[in-house]
Amino acid sequence: MSEIKLERIDDNRWLLPQTGGMRVPGIIYANEKIYQLLKGDESTRQVANVAHLPGIVNYSLAMPDVHWGYGFPIGGVAAFDLEGGIVSPGGVGYDINCGCRLLATNLTLDDVRDRLGNLTTTLYQQIPSGVGSTGAVKLSGKDQKKVLEDGARWAVKAGFGTAQDMETTEDGGAMEGADPEQVSARAIERGKQQLGTLGSGNHFLEIEVVQEIFDESVARIFGLSKGQINIMIHSGSRGLGYQICDDYLALMVKHAQKTGIDLPDRQLACSYLDSQRGRNYLAAMACGANYAWANRQLLMHQTQEVFEKSLHLSPRELGMRLVYDVCHNIAKIETFNIQGKMKKLCVHRKGATRAFPAGHDAVPEQYKSVGQPVLIPGDMGSGSYVLVGQEKAMQETFGSACHGAGRVMSRTQATKVSLGRSISRELADQGVLVMATSRGILREEMPEAYKNVNDVVQVMHESGIATKVARLKSLACIKG
Amino acid sequence: MKKYKLLNHTADIRVAVWGKTRKELFANAVAAMFDLMVSMSGEDETKPLEEKTVKITGNDLEDTLINFLRETLYLFNGRGWLVRCCEPLELNKRSITARMQGELYNRQKNPQKTEIKAVTYHGLSINKSKNTWQAKVVFDV
Repeated sequence: MSEIKLERIDDNRWLLPQTGGMRVPGIIYANEKIYQLLKGDESTRQVANVAHLPGIVNYSLAMPDVHWGYGFPIGGVAAFDLEGGIVSPGGVGYDINCGCRLLATNLTLDDVRDRLGNLTTTLYQQIPSGVGSTGAVKLSGKDQKKVLEDGARWAVKAGFGTAQDMETTEDGGAMEGADPEQVSARAIERGKQQLGTLGSGNHFLEIEVVQEIFDESVARIFGLSKGQINIMIHSGSRGLGYQICDDYLALMVKHAQKTGIDLPDRQLACSYLDSQRGRNYLAAMACGANYAWANRQLLMHQTQEVFEKSLHLSPRELGMRLVYDVCHNIAKIETFNIQGKMKKLCVHRKGATRAFPAGHDAVPEQYKSVGQPVLIPGDMGSGSYVLVGQEKAMQETFGSACHGAGRVMSRTQATKVSLGRSISRELADQGVLVMATSRGILREEMPEAYKNVNDVVQVMHESGIATKVARLKSLACIKG
Repeated sequence: MKKYKLLNHTADIRVAVWGKTRKELFANAVAAMFDLMVSMSGEDETKPLEEKTVKITGNDLEDTLINFLRETLYLFNGRGWLVRCCEPLELNKRSITARMQGELYNRQKNPQKTEIKAVTYHGLSINKSKNTWQAKVVFDV
């Protein structure tokens, strides 16, 4: 239990007052219901711990899907000054550029209803998932280097997608500053076998139908319409990313005493942004991010092939297109107005999505008039939301919003609660077909283990950080 | 004595591990990690296990434990090597030398359970009470 007292700012925000070694206060986005859930875990303490780190600007933030992670809370956002500030691998997470990709199609529910079983089975067979799965693409050393440098652009050049896909991928599918020299041989080795694999845990591929449109004009620009079949992919940088984080975290822990930074938790180990170690981490992290974009690009390509073959459609008839691809575990150098001055900051988003408003340079040309799509998957039963970033996000959250529903129950608790129940049958009763590599994973990931995504999204909507555009309902889900 | 137990943690896996000695504590921590990842039954006794010796260092006992677990996790995640037996030969606060016995991982023989992405430093502790050593570790899953 956390003994930290929070003060209510308004209906959707709580202030964590600056005490002890905290350099700034914290702000947690939560309504009354989510606030009550915060009492059950350590995430509030973690928001306070992040506030101890050198160079942190304004506030240590938590989005409404906040929950207990390791080091930084999941749902945490923190920005650091390039001068005197730090970068922390634990503030990005092991799964560098874990993220979501939403694909739209020309299909409606009627087109797939009868063939959903077949389609799902084929997707499950064709898309490698689960612990230790290996991908269809085996990389040579030279190709792997290209993947790390060019990300999804490598995949498109290799024939797995179109140039248009890059337009609607965050950072154009390739993060600048990637230097494969800063990635260990171990990480490279682990990455060779896993490109084009979904992974396990909370990663998934879901067939969804657009159930409700909240903002007609924005939905039209995003190419979303009611009854349309979409696909949501949630995956990341696999073993390569985990190894990069692990390598740099160990290195930073080893040198923690020399930097003289007082850490409330070793997992927050960090380096100054203007140090060689800090720069090396960012260059390696960018490689991890690029690998993840190439990975999701390949997963999209495989999905498209399965849809075309199973439904006997031409690419034109299927009309599969990338609505957007966001990363939600990342550190980015971005510019924000801090007390009237434009400042470059290193924004850590650990389980948080970028949510840039209309007109921002980083928003794709085709969405510039409305803002960046923000993709929020919920639990297996409830489906996903598409939101759009707003100006308020630039003022309050370093252009960030939530990334999902957020867990509320531990995996052991979920396994206990679901004893004697068939989660797949319960989901089937709700009209969601699920295939997973193990029954255990379905139990751990059962809908009750998560907060209600409607509540989480409503907090963002009412705060004006990112507003609701569409809600998608799950039809079928593949879990690793 | 029970080797380990799961503790509450919202997103990841937190365990308490016990051992009568520090060496046993380290060995049990490895056993716990593998027990979480794969179904450990099905040892083929006719086939001799491979042997590896690893030497790992750290800033202090806690750090040495984490580095040791990280290395063992890499043997599995990076090399596909299933550790069946871990025997610490020498252990002090800043280093461990251990003999590992294992074999190439075979999914059919030892079905997967939870994928552990990493061993974290979060909430890490090692304590001794009476005659028992206890460690608490969070695995990222």
